[in-house]
Amino acid sequence: MCGIAGLFLKDQKLAPELGGLLSGMLEALSDRGPDSAGFAVYGDGDNGQIKLTLRAAPSFDFAELMASLGKLAGAPISYQVHDTHAVISIPTDREAAVASALVGMKDVDMVARGKRMAVFKEVGLPADVARRFGLNAMTGTHAVGHTRMATESAVTTNGAHPFTTGTDQCLVHNGSLSNHNDVRRELIRQGMTFRTENDSEVAAGYISSQMAAGASLQDAMTSSLSALDGFYTFVIGTETGFGVLRDPIACKPAVMAETDRWVAFGTEYRALVDLPGIDAAKVWEPAPARVYLWERH
Amino acid sequence: MPSVDLASSPLRELNSALHALTDNTNATHWTVSNPRGQHNIAVGLDFPVEIEIDGHVGYYCAGMNKQARVTVRGNAGQGIAENMMSGRVHVTGDASQAAGASGNGGLLVIDGNASARCGISMKGIDIVVKGSVGHLSAFMAQAGKLVVLGDAGEALGDSIYEAQLFVRGTVASLGADCVEKPLKDEHKVELKKLLDDAGVEGVSPDEFKRYGSARKLYHFHIDNVGSY
Repeated sequence: MCGIAGLFLKDQKLAPELGGLLSGMLEALSDRGPDSAGFAVYGDGDNGQIKLTLRAAPSFDFAELMASLGKLAGAPISYQVHDTHAVISIPTDREAAVASALVGMKDVDMVARGKRMAVFKEVGLPADVARRFGLNAMTGTHAVGHTRMATESAVTTNGAHPFTTGTDQCLVHNGSLSNHNDVRRELIRQGMTFRTENDSEVAAGYISSQMAAGASLQDAMTSSLSALDGFYTFVIGTETGFGVLRDPIACKPAVMAETDRWVAFGTEYRALVDLPGIDAAKVWEPAPARVYLWERH
Repeated sequence: MPSVDLASSPLRELNSALHALTDNTNATHWTVSNPRGQHNIAVGLDFPVEIEIDGHVGYYCAGMNKQARVTVRGNAGQGIAENMMSGRVHVTGDASQAAGASGNGGLLVIDGNASARCGISMKGIDIVVKGSVGHLSAFMAQAGKLVVLGDAGEALGDSIYEAQLFVRGTVASLGADCVEKPLKDEHKVELKKLLDDAGVEGVSPDEFKRYGSARKLYHFHIDNVGSY
């Protein structure tokens, strides 16, 4: 099971509606993944600034943390709290100091890094998770979400999707990989670190390692067809890109739709029915083992 | 003519009403609007009724159909007309995986493409796909005819029994024990009838190639005795 929802806007007039639309898509996929949910939203980015997504235990005092981080950064830190997560924006030249301070803290974790991407995920029903984080109010250019029915590892926040293993990079997965332990060992040998025993995190790590070595997203997705074994439908986000890939046997369901204003992915068509202009959209099933990729220019 | 809007009316009510139809009913032509990709629309029918569904449907639409004629004006999710016994199911758009799977009878017509495993384990159903079909179509197909006006994906007819496959375009590859066979006059007659029934015009049976079982896989062969 599991459900995937992804939305890539071509018409930026829809940017204020991005979070609301994704929220509806995720809720429609609740019965495919009722145990946890998560999403990555690609919002505004400022030159010279970096966004860090922090995650902490419930009722953590982010204000107190920001005051002390502000001293390290040499200026007040702009931040937004979303339930157990907070997204902070800091000058890139202060990132090292802030990040090293965070490493020593046991109650708060840095879970995503991006110029434009913020990642939110928690255990719970998709509608509840979306409401707790205030997804409806989030804006941006593209977003990737997931509803999880765990098969390969425990139901934990860390085990929820999306997985992010690189700056502005995230991946959601429906399926199960059979060679993830081998691939994980090789990536660890190359210096990568993993938070979980989850197979999907390995897929994310593989894409990130390829891109870190200079591959384009297109190339990284193409090479994952031979490097990763198992069942998968991936939806992948980068700062400017939105990719879709199914395994050659196409075990897991997938539907795509496209209009002049947006491209959308849903594990089932039910996830797409409330998108604006869906009745006139081109609706199709993505072919097995074919890389689908949209980029903002 | 009953008209059901699934945006406001529960699917279970529609299916229950269709199951409760009796011989003296006047409700022989139904229209269904706003299917919104819901699963299991018009499943388990056993009455000669006409159903028109306006929009994309989810999984298993018209599954287990007997006698009814169901039209989907849009795309269909996995397992359209799965295990159909008789009647006719028509999809004006594309169909997802396992269209017509394990069908025993009736006619399934898909105006667009069907994806992987179309006609898997078919047991007597006839399927006409005006576009192309995906990989592993007619896998373990036992009886019935699969007609593809476009192309077929990899491993067509893998482990096939006695179903007959007709493909007008290219075949990416044939599955185990599936071979091309001569297209004889008797096959052309059957194919012409199916094309007519499916409303296909301007296409001659001569344009197709016929595929079927080499019968080496499912018959006992003395050379394999050590395997038993």
